[in-house]
Amino acid sequence: MTHTHTYDALVIGAGGAGLMAAIYLSRNPSMKTAVISKLYPTRSHTGAAQGGIGAALGNLEEDSPEWHAFDTVKGSDYLGDQDAIDVMCNEAVDVIIELEHMGLPFSRTPDGRIAQRPFGGHSHHFGQGPVRRSCYAADRTGHMILQTLYQNCIKNDVDFFNEFQVVDMLMEDRRCCGVVAYHVDSGDLHIFRSKAVLWATGGFGRVWSITSNAVAGTGDGAAITFRRGIPLEDMEFYQFHPTGIYKLGILITEGVRGEGGVLRNDNGERFMERYAPTMKDLASRDVVSRAIYQEMIEGRGIGGRRFVYLDATHLGAEVVEKKLPDITDFCRTYLGVDPVKQPIPIQPTAHYAMGGIPTDINGQVVLDENGTLLPGCYAAGEAACVSVHGANRLGTNSLLDLVVFGKRAGLAMAEYCATADIPELPSDPTGPIAAELERLLAQTTGEPAAKIREEMQNTMMDFVGVYREQAGIQKAVDKVRELQDRYRTLVIMDKGKRFNLDLLEAWELGNLLELAEVTAVSALARTESRGAHSREDFPDRDDANWLKHTFAYRREGGRIELRYKPVTITRFQPKERVY
Amino acid sequence: MAKATIRILRYNPEGDAAAPAHQDFAIDVEPTDRVLDALNHIKWYVDGTLTFRRSCAHGICGSDAMRINGVNRLACKVLMRDVGSRVTVEPLMGFRVIKDLVVDMDAFFAQYRSVLPYLINDSRPPERERLQSPEDRERFDDTTKCILCAACTTSCPSYWANEEFVGPAAIVNAHRFIFDSRDSAPGERLEILNNREGVWRCRTIFNCSEACPREIKVTKAIGEVKRAILYRQST
Ligand SMILES: Cc1cc2nc3c(=O)[nH]c(=O)nc-3n(C[C@H](O)[C@H](O)[C@H](O)COP(=O)(O)OP(=O)(O)OC[C@H]3O[C@@H](n4cnc5c(N)ncnc54)[C@H](O)[C@@H]3O)c2cc1C
Ligand code: SF4
Ligand code: FES
Repeated sequence: MTHTHTYDALVIGAGGAGLMAAIYLSRNPSMKTAVISKLYPTRSHTGAAQGGIGAALGNLEEDSPEWHAFDTVKGSDYLGDQDAIDVMCNEAVDVIIELEHMGLPFSRTPDGRIAQRPFGGHSHHFGQGPVRRSCYAADRTGHMILQTLYQNCIKNDVDFFNEFQVVDMLMEDRRCCGVVAYHVDSGDLHIFRSKAVLWATGGFGRVWSITSNAVAGTGDGAAITFRRGIPLEDMEFYQFHPTGIYKLGILITEGVRGEGGVLRNDNGERFMERYAPTMKDLASRDVVSRAIYQEMIEGRGIGGRRFVYLDATHLGAEVVEKKLPDITDFCRTYLGVDPVKQPIPIQPTAHYAMGGIPTDINGQVVLDENGTLLPGCYAAGEAACVSVHGANRLGTNSLLDLVVFGKRAGLAMAEYCATADIPELPSDPTGPIAAELERLLAQTTGEPAAKIREEMQNTMMDFVGVYREQAGIQKAVDKVRELQDRYRTLVIMDKGKRFNLDLLEAWELGNLLELAEVTAVSALARTESRGAHSREDFPDRDDANWLKHTFAYRREGGRIELRYKPVTITRFQPKERVY
Repeated sequence: MAKATIRILRYNPEGDAAAPAHQDFAIDVEPTDRVLDALNHIKWYVDGTLTFRRSCAHGICGSDAMRINGVNRLACKVLMRDVGSRVTVEPLMGFRVIKDLVVDMDAFFAQYRSVLPYLINDSRPPERERLQSPEDRERFDDTTKCILCAACTTSCPSYWANEEFVGPAAIVNAHRFIFDSRDSAPGERLEILNNREGVWRCRTIFNCSEACPREIKVTKAIGEVKRAILYRQST
């Protein structure tokens, strides 16, 4: 059965980015807005963010948005667009105050202001030393942001379609005119017709085997829009966070190092002093992840194995338990390790997509490397690429990105919807996706989706991880394409209509394979090392040839074409990056 | 690797059986596997029809509360070595079962919404943050941790007896605002909770506190709300 709904604005995804946009849309009572989410909103992965949200409040020491912008540009290895970075860092202070006014329970300084702590890559006076810029609520900052935004949506009476999974985008006359969603409970398809759509569907860490991302992090929005002809920007830049729990990938926040925790190798040496003499353990993430790998490659992993220690034992029970209660609990639960007394075994974990759906600074989706805008189509949050993070994101800048650009997208959509008409739908809007889902269900023999997924994750971890080189990446491209072929013949055991997560997981695997391919193809082409993209065969940054954004397109017949777009550089000229 | 038997209470809304029934799965597990890993293994490689909610896999999204050996837990926060080689997994009690371990959470979220779970302060905000001392912030810290997993509400005999009872989770979320020094409407929430289906249905049985995966002192929070209502009535 098919159902049709009509709205002015649709928000796809109920994480920080989606909810922030929804709040702004809902402030306009005449605007009919709905949020569609495959999870209950409070289950979104924004709730997992621990360490904090960056803003130069200067509550504890002098700070300025300009220093924040410089750090972000430097952190991005000069690939971030400086106009967008300026917007983000300048609007940061106001938006944090706004979140506080909405009720966000930040931790407090003794005089009652928002508490701040140091974080990787954040410095004062253009790199002179660490600064306290990360606004936090213990180690549950993301949880508090997600809760606060959801609470404000309830207050504003926003319409939610929970456990509705968007599976296709509707386009007519080069304009976005809605989406098709699969109602998880009934298995029915619903057509949502609207003037404007925001993609806020989050990241795709599930492409890799060791990841801090939730099972839901399958990049649905990026994959759907890519299939519908929208490019993906800078997909080769995927961040590996230095400190994931060994084997599990669960994140241990940089806040541990912000509070004074240090990394140690098998000799007990604080090795970051060698790699980053000024910022040490608080150098930016790509630098620290590579250092850890280097230590492991050179045999100084703990007991010669693939992990090192994160040591917080000198901080004392008071600091660890009060300021880092959740990670203390994770270590005790999953490792049987008490971080007050024992070091934590960690390894880099696939964490954050710098790349995504390209947008302008108002969240409007960009159709090509010339900046052509797609009417009615917006993206924000980890699904999008503005690009403020360039080749490497600084900690605390994603949560900031969500709220700044979620808000801007909400405002831009409201303005657009005020004058736009309701678009016509294409004929047979559910036809293509209904056929694809039926095809997936019809197969009666073959291998399970999980097997294909596992092979993809291992391949991507081995060859398109922290370090990459030509032959390895090529192997990954070939393997992913082979898996895409095998995907055509996988078998789904659950043939029912109700809550068929077996079917949805298989469909999500299709998205992951799509994004794995784009990531590997983009990485293969970029013959330099920049930020998170580290080529062993091209170890240097090459500004002469590669100071540019990648735009990947799916062309007729399935071929991927890569084109490039210049970086916006205003104040900060590219320099060598030293921490 | 060790052998384990996972006994799961199954229900297929489209199947022939009218009532839920147990099914055993014998699988290999590592002692450090989460119960969620065991369920995933079954779903991915043994029986794809097995259905349960999950997302973060480390106890912060609240998706996978279920009864594990008779007590409400998050499947992602319980390790196999802590439950032994025979584990029984069943859906939460008190909610309608949709399929296998998936229950209908709509009533639960409606109760949550009924307590005005958002900051109310209509005075003009200052230019900068509203100040709040660390002591005032501490006052409601415990109840900010709630992930709305429903483990508490579905372990509560008062809730089983009367589904109109607003339940511990909603009270926890009311507490979070009633004791926030920045909020100006605690009276309204106390009024709501002083209702027939409010805090007085709580018989201080402590199941909720034991069930809470965030170790929130739920019964204590409910007690504080009860006292605030009595205090308000006496002044
Ligand atoms: C463990 C961890 C810790 C982190 N810590 C920090 C930190 O301290 N500071 C910081 O700045 N950043 C941090 N990050 C990064 C940051 O939290 C994320 O990048 C950010 O929360 C992503 O938010 P989002 O709104 O884009 O997406 P998400 O919060 O992931 O939400 C995605 C939403 O989209 C919905 N959705 C997805 N697909 C579909 C579909 N097909 N149909 C309908 N709905 C769909 C989901 O239901 C969900 O509601 C952390 C990330 C992780 C994983
Ligand atoms: S109080 Fe605890 S058990 Fe109850 S819903 Fe919140 S987190 Fe879950
Ligand atoms: S899967 Fe998120 S709490 Fe268990």
